[in-house]
Amino acid sequence: MADFDQELDASGLNCPLPILRAKKSLAGLEAGQVLHIIATDPGSVKDFEAFAKQTGNELMESKEEGGKFHFLIKKA
Amino acid sequence: MEEKKLAIIATKGSLDWAYPPFILASTASALGYETEIFFTFYGLQLLKKNLSLEVTPLGNPGMPMPMGMDKWFPVALTALPGMQSMMTYMMKKKMADKGVAGLDELRELCQEAEVRLIACQMTVDLFDMNPSDFIDGIEFAGAARFFEFAGESDICLYI
Repeated sequence: MADFDQELDASGLNCPLPILRAKKSLAGLEAGQVLHIIATDPGSVKDFEAFAKQTGNELMESKEEGGKFHFLIKKA
Repeated sequence: MEEKKLAIIATKGSLDWAYPPFILASTASALGYETEIFFTFYGLQLLKKNLSLEVTPLGNPGMPMPMGMDKWFPVALTALPGMQSMMTYMMKKKMADKGVAGLDELRELCQEAEVRLIACQMTVDLFDMNPSDFIDGIEFAGAARFFEFAGESDICLYI
């Protein structure tokens, strides 16, 4: 997994909380900085794809590891 | 990119139906939508300071019940006293176990994200509701006020 500037653990949270928390965390970052999100909600895979597409923030990586989902989002 | 707009009418005042308006509005805000919810009739319960919403199995054949009761439990018995509060308790417990946000939390997230919450003035008058029972930061207005925003919206939902 590439470098990131901040980590958000949204494990155990269900829709739409991972997205809402991620949005909040991104608001505190500078453009170009990367947020690493950890989630357990299987719906979050499609949701973060859709979130990135609609907000213009780049989804650099999306993978499953050890039963958890990891996302890297670069702030636009 | 011009901001998209989402307009929602919330008409239901039960625990289960309180979720869709707040989930959709908070998510839309996170996606950059300007969002407004107009609460009318029973939907006004969702704006009360004290959210005491319940869910009923009565007349709700699609509702999964514990121990597969929705399959074998006689419908008439779902009208028994205590059934509603028991189902409400179980639903809340299930939601907490599954990491589903509490309604208070979702509503706060909506307010933080500047979702505009509008209470139908006519309903407030009709049911003699006390404006001081409602949370702060809401607007009281009528149907024309809803159309002012809904008429320009990209998505308009009736829930």
